[in-house]
Amino acid sequence: MKKVSLLLGSICLTLMFAAVSFASGTIKIGGLFSVTGPASFLGEPEKKTLEMLVKETNEKGGINGQKLEAVIYDTGGDATKAVQLATKLIKDDKVSIIIGPSTTGESMAVIPVVEKEKIPLISCAAGIKITDPVKHWVFKTPANDHVAAEKILNYMATKKQKNIALLTVTDGFGASGREQIKVLAKQKGFTIVADEVYGPKDTDMTAQLTKIRGIKPDAIICWGTNPGPAVVTKNVKQLGIKTPLYMSHGVASKKYIELAGADSAEGVMLPAGKLAIYDALPRNDVQSKLLKGYDQGYKKAFGTEASTFGGYAYDAFLLATGAIKKSGSTPDQIRNGIEQTSKLVSISGVFSMSPKDHNGLDLSAFEMVKVEKGDWVMIK
Amino acid sequence: MQFDQILQYTLSGLSTGAIYALIGIGFSIIYNATGIINFAQGEFVMLGGLLTLSCLELLQLPLWAAIPCSVAVATVVGVLFERLAIRPLRQPTPINLVIITIGGSILIRGLAMLVWGKDTHAIPPFSGDDPIAIGGATILPQHLWILAITLIIIVVNKIYFYHTISGKAMRACSYNRRAAGLVGIDVKRMVLFSFIISSAMGAIAGIIVAPLTMTAYDVGVMLGLKGFCAAIIGGMSSGISTVVGGLILGVLESLGAGLISSGYKDAIAFIILLLLLFIRPQGLFGKADSERV
Repeated sequence: MKKVSLLLGSICLTLMFAAVSFASGTIKIGGLFSVTGPASFLGEPEKKTLEMLVKETNEKGGINGQKLEAVIYDTGGDATKAVQLATKLIKDDKVSIIIGPSTTGESMAVIPVVEKEKIPLISCAAGIKITDPVKHWVFKTPANDHVAAEKILNYMATKKQKNIALLTVTDGFGASGREQIKVLAKQKGFTIVADEVYGPKDTDMTAQLTKIRGIKPDAIICWGTNPGPAVVTKNVKQLGIKTPLYMSHGVASKKYIELAGADSAEGVMLPAGKLAIYDALPRNDVQSKLLKGYDQGYKKAFGTEASTFGGYAYDAFLLATGAIKKSGSTPDQIRNGIEQTSKLVSISGVFSMSPKDHNGLDLSAFEMVKVEKGDWVMIK
Repeated sequence: MQFDQILQYTLSGLSTGAIYALIGIGFSIIYNATGIINFAQGEFVMLGGLLTLSCLELLQLPLWAAIPCSVAVATVVGVLFERLAIRPLRQPTPINLVIITIGGSILIRGLAMLVWGKDTHAIPPFSGDDPIAIGGATILPQHLWILAITLIIIVVNKIYFYHTISGKAMRACSYNRRAAGLVGIDVKRMVLFSFIISSAMGAIAGIIVAPLTMTAYDVGVMLGLKGFCAAIIGGMSSGISTVVGGLILGVLESLGAGLISSGYKDAIAFIILLLLLFIRPQGLFGKADSERV
């Protein structure tokens, strides 16, 4: 009797150990971010966010008892390097999923590799062509630019502003915004009465704005990232232009108000991702708690404010881990899990993927906000 | 086309042009004393702005004290640059020197990126930002500061180069280094002087434009290039013709953006530069082989 129980006991023990050792195999998550180079403002917060989340998850015991391991490489914003490193992640590090790259160019270069090797990729770049048309293994977390543009135009429609003056920056972001607004404006019956541009390093836009002032549009839409829009805002004030001024989601941070000056920025409207304005959100907003947690956790770990860009990596991490929890940790299971994601509350918005939509965000990812007394206020 | 629009283009152009002129003069001073184009000139513009920011925010100095402080620090950087990078050179051929200044500019920019980060920073205007109306056009008080300081610097330059011993000695170096050395002028010292003057001027330019253009570790690249254009149009003179060159460039840019297309704004400036280099390499106002300074 004793012997039997001993035997049973030891069998149990062995089984338990076996189970533990089986489950304790780590899940490897690959990261490709442009931590250095011209796009480092994207890659750096993305890398930090992913590292922070992996650490947190492991401290809580991992996912289904399995620990996570992040293998992160710096692409330097170089598409060729991104492709080499993606191959390395798949062949040498044997990761189950890749998060990144940070820019559209790199993402497009990496797509053929992951499609061939059958590894899911969640890109942190905004370009619409990454997931349109849909690729089997490729997802992305930032909302498309046209969602932000549509948000502005919808708002303008309610104010009966029909004639738009465009002022866009001559880089990828500005060019994409300009294109999207033109297409949407045509669909929705707006008229583009002025189509001006400025260089990313320009320091004075009064010439363009004087021309726009002469045309007398109903609204001005400026599409760019700092510091250009801040200069535009100052110039608008200088020229005494009273036309409503809309900005893109590219400047949805306190930094923009600081640069333009609270006085000049007063009344400027833009579609903002919710991270920039989480303290202005209504209490019952589903994202509010998560956004606050992310911002405070990031501040504690790195001493700086969390940015929308880091949020893209956060979204990717939640999508990946959600899929692992639900369906399992092989690349195939993860891919299917991500595609079945529905109503996942995250930083950039609430994600609902489908075989036809590998971005999963809609107009609710943005809120129209307005600058009032040096702070963002939601437009009701 | 309305009159007030043209007036606004011109005024905007003149105020940006004054910035270009100020930076352009910095280029020509060093060129005249040493015969090299100092491509690190733009970095002193950047240093002026960012150092002022640090003086204001970290040391909590008032603006009137922050400005001389940051000019002093930028000048020290200029001296170090001359001592460590320019002077030790065994074979100071123009091409070597130009490449060294380019390398220096990349180094200074990189260090600035590490110190101040990649963000853009704003500096408060000297005297408010309520626009001043002139006819149907408007300018900011800061534009008046820029124009006034540019004017003062030109006058001081003129006095220095024509009415002081060291100014005259520097001119002598620009005519003929060897002869200047033979009559007992310390040429190396004059080179150092030229670096001191131009880095201080670059820093001043950086400080007075920062409230308008904002400042970041990489503002020096474009501003430096535009200043270089101004100096070329002015035939590398350190006097009034570089100023006129800067103003012409600013006004053409602004009129081009307003009347033709904003997409070609920079193209207009650089086409002028190329045409000048092809047709009149001695500058718009210079006689061929005329004296420089």
